Amino acid sequence: MQAFDFVAPTSVDEAISALAAGGATARPLSGGTDLIAQLQEGRLALDTVVDLKRIPELMAISVSGDGMTLGASASCHSINNYQAIRDAYPALIDSTHLIGGTQIQGRASLGGNLCNSSPAADSIPNLIAHSVTCHIAGPNGRRSVAVEDFCTAPGRNVLENGEFLVALEFPTPPANFGAAYLRFIPRNEMDIAVVGAGASVVLSDDKSTIQSGRVSIGAVAPTPLFVQEAGDALAGQPVSEETLAKAADLAKAAARPISDMRGTIAQRTHLSGVLTQRALRIAIDRARGTQTVDELGRLNGHG
Amino acid sequence: MAGTKQNGTAKLAANGQNGYKVIGTRPVRPDGVDKVTGRAVYAADVQMTGLLHGFVLRSPHAHAHIRSIDTSKAEALPGVRAVVTADDLPEAEDKVEDLGEGAINLKYLSDNVLASEKVLYHGHAVAAVAAVNPHIAEEAAGLIEVDYELLPPVMTVDDALADDAPILLGTLRTDSMGEVGTEPSNLASVFSHQRGDLDAGFAGAHLVVDRTFRTETVHQGYIEPHAATALHSADGQITIWTSTQGSFAVRGQVCEILKVPVSRLKVVPTEIGGGFGGKINVYVEPVAVILSEKAGHEPVKVVMSRADVLAATGPTSGSNIRVKIGVDTDGKISAALAELYYEAGAYPGSPVGAAANVSLAPYAIDNLQVDGYDIVVNRPRSAAYRAPGGTNVAFAVESVVDELAEKLSMDPAEFRILNGAKENDRRPDGLQYARIGHIETVEAIRDSEHYQTPLEGKYRGRGIASGYWNNWGGQSSATAVLNPDGTVNLNEASTDIGGTRASIAMQLAEAMDIEYEQVMARVVDTDTVSYNDVTGGSRTTFATGLAAYNLGQQLLQEMKNRLADQWEVEAGDVSYEDGTFSAGGESLPFVKAAGLVQREEPLMASSTVHPQDFGPGFSTQCIDIEVDPDTGKITVLRYTIAQDVGKAIHPSYVEGQMQGGVAQGIGWAINEEYIYDDEGHLLNASLLDYRMPTALDLPMIETIMVEVPHPAHPYGVRGVGEVNIVPPAGAVANAVYQATGVRMDKLPISPANLLEAMWAQEAEAELVPGDD
Repeated sequence: MQAFDFVAPTSVDEAISALAAGGATARPLSGGTDLIAQLQEGRLALDTVVDLKRIPELMAISVSGDGMTLGASASCHSINNYQAIRDAYPALIDSTHLIGGTQIQGRASLGGNLCNSSPAADSIPNLIAHSVTCHIAGPNGRRSVAVEDFCTAPGRNVLENGEFLVALEFPTPPANFGAAYLRFIPRNEMDIAVVGAGASVVLSDDKSTIQSGRVSIGAVAPTPLFVQEAGDALAGQPVSEETLAKAADLAKAAARPISDMRGTIAQRTHLSGVLTQRALRIAIDRARGTQTVDELGRLNGHG
Repeated sequence: MAGTKQNGTAKLAANGQNGYKVIGTRPVRPDGVDKVTGRAVYAADVQMTGLLHGFVLRSPHAHAHIRSIDTSKAEALPGVRAVVTADDLPEAEDKVEDLGEGAINLKYLSDNVLASEKVLYHGHAVAAVAAVNPHIAEEAAGLIEVDYELLPPVMTVDDALADDAPILLGTLRTDSMGEVGTEPSNLASVFSHQRGDLDAGFAGAHLVVDRTFRTETVHQGYIEPHAATALHSADGQITIWTSTQGSFAVRGQVCEILKVPVSRLKVVPTEIGGGFGGKINVYVEPVAVILSEKAGHEPVKVVMSRADVLAATGPTSGSNIRVKIGVDTDGKISAALAELYYEAGAYPGSPVGAAANVSLAPYAIDNLQVDGYDIVVNRPRSAAYRAPGGTNVAFAVESVVDELAEKLSMDPAEFRILNGAKENDRRPDGLQYARIGHIETVEAIRDSEHYQTPLEGKYRGRGIASGYWNNWGGQSSATAVLNPDGTVNLNEASTDIGGTRASIAMQLAEAMDIEYEQVMARVVDTDTVSYNDVTGGSRTTFATGLAAYNLGQQLLQEMKNRLADQWEVEAGDVSYEDGTFSAGGESLPFVKAAGLVQREEPLMASSTVHPQDFGPGFSTQCIDIEVDPDTGKITVLRYTIAQDVGKAIHPSYVEGQMQGGVAQGIGWAINEEYIYDDEGHLLNASLLDYRMPTALDLPMIETIMVEVPHPAHPYGVRGVGEVNIVPPAGAVANAVYQATGVRMDKLPISPANLLEAMWAQEAEAELVPGDD
């Protein structure tokens, strides 16, 4: 790995200046779990690395009646240990527990996972299921974009030169809301999703009907996909396996995967349906507050 | 005191049962505290003043001629102290030498260390740099310009044997049972073991199953990457610090490659983080030496990355295997044929010979034929991996055996007992068995609580499989010094991978009737004891343990001799029982005697052994699995291994070997494989995508140690390190059949492969009229 300048600003404005000064060979650093690996493997060469973890706004977590604002660089570990998040957004922990082991979670952030913009990122389908808004800062001021519009291609996103992600904003979950993220990997740990699925539902007061739903699948297209038609197909439908199967079929139809060493087109297309249906089941269980077998809890040990 | 050579054919007291004081206990190993506190020094931990850092440039291509290498820009980079290529190695002779771990062509050995005319796999070393820090070394390597002429890659058995296949090695001719071909070929050798009348055996069979199988290249997966530090002094003395299964094997290879006298090279073994057969061949060791010489006799350390380890060391062979077995109406095997095509990697030397011996070894068969083919392909040169070649062929044979038992409506354990090999039966190559414990391992599984407990539930299945490994004797050397306080220093040169310092010291303590804590065993360098073979072939506790037993006998005898002089009696009149010497009314406890006998002259013993009569090992294993029908993912619910261990010296370490072999075997069966693109680039040279099992992927592995003492070892020891990896893939495949109805004909049985096979089966079922 080549030597580079390390800059550690303590405000958003300082970070904007540092990135502007560094130009095209400067990049922001959050957890570094992707960036440092890319530098070490020679896939990326930089002259300047701008550490965002000393900027209070990027590390802040605030949960209130208006929803939640997560600093883009807040670590997965701090999220996992934040009781108000576990209470209000339990499904988010599905992703923050999956990204790396405990030590990695001490550095890794949801903002970093999003900005790395891997089609297989374990947080993005979950963020889409949660209707998250991304707040961005840059030399031309601040702007916001819906998370489903953030990624544009593998490793690419809407961030312009000099821009960086400041925060993720989560709306307050409506009553009878439930969500889940589920991925398929050949092992039980240390793997990249062959397919991932994020899902959320809002049930009627008697919890027998799905009022609205959102479905997102990962690793089956150049970007994580928001499958709006699958969510639309859930709206107004009774909670039933038939309803879920229909949404799963739509997710399957939306998938346009490639074959690579981690999975084949046929396998990924098939798994898009399987995982969508399973993620929806868990989301519904959570919306109902029923303590049925929770596959994620069992796998990830966060109950 | 003169050393003695113990010829293994000599008769030794076959005790191996009860009445031991030390053997069978579970004391703490001498290296334990350093390892759990992180203080143990592994290869990459070696530090010294003025240390330079090496980096190896590797081929980005699978198959290419090297037209030229220009190192001038690298040499000009500030901080660079030396750049080397194959031109810096002595001209290698195209001749075969036996260096103690199998015969090898010296030209191939040298070319694998640094490629001369051709690169033969993605990751093949072509040049190396030494610099003042690793970053500069890496940057300089990037400045080396190599002009390649690309050649088509030859990746599989089928590619290599095609009529118009590109030739990897221009000088290679097929050796067919000693007859050497005239044309260049990728087929290095062919052999056949035959006995009885195969045609008659199949003609008379009631039922014949004939299947073909494919297994993929897999890596040993030791956690510690290869690393070596070398100092080439101005006077020509060379020292290498490295992590290896055999310091003498490193010495032998490096002396041959660099053409230096043996006395000039000392190899100092560090602690080792696993080897499994993959830390016998040298890779970076000779490179570090020539870098050190060229850099002005400064020490140079070369550490492989994980990607280098996967791309350029190990692995073991992928294979195509055909197995055909016939049985009579009683279920007795009437004839068996196995055809084994093994990919050797870039240079000849796949483990197909050992695989042929493993193939049908658990069964008593009058009519058989086993054919072996050793084939070069553009993959890394294959290295030994725990029971080399065995897992591939046992997967094939045990799948066919399971299918036969099913078609005969026989319990698969009973089928194995009915056909099981026992004393005086013969291995496929004709070797006759002494007392072996194969049937005992099948019975142990059959009678186990696991096998007796029914497995219920949809998509669940149970499989069993058996396996054989021949083990090895090899040469061992050790010395023991008796200290005046009654403690003993045991110096031996067998790399300690599985707790052998403890298991060897225990045998010395048992032989001398002293406490384990009185013995301190150390692994020493190549200048300290005489030649010692690698820790491999499951030989160390057996053979180096035998040397330790001899040392104990010698020390006791000399103590008796000296006490006899002291007490003015005949040496034969001195007895030693319960830790006390006595004769003619005199008696003296061991600790006091140790001081008394050394007032005039110190006492040490040395022993060298080369036992020929090593007992083979057998194992039978049982697995329960559940398959997720929507994803093809296998969950291992329960696993039990029964293994004939001869006599377990340190039971915890024997159990550890059994569990470790099973863990690796399950990984091989379910997820591990080298993945290449069409151009022969290795795509998954990382532990992220080369999927060894994690702790979450395996249940507790239950062990049943079956003790059938080996008659030719004083304590009945058999090698225990390898046979455990032979059955798992077959057991997994048989369980998958029970769970899904799919007979897998390839490894790995990954979710993608199993899902595809289940889909193919469904599609086939839909084509059958009237079948719903």
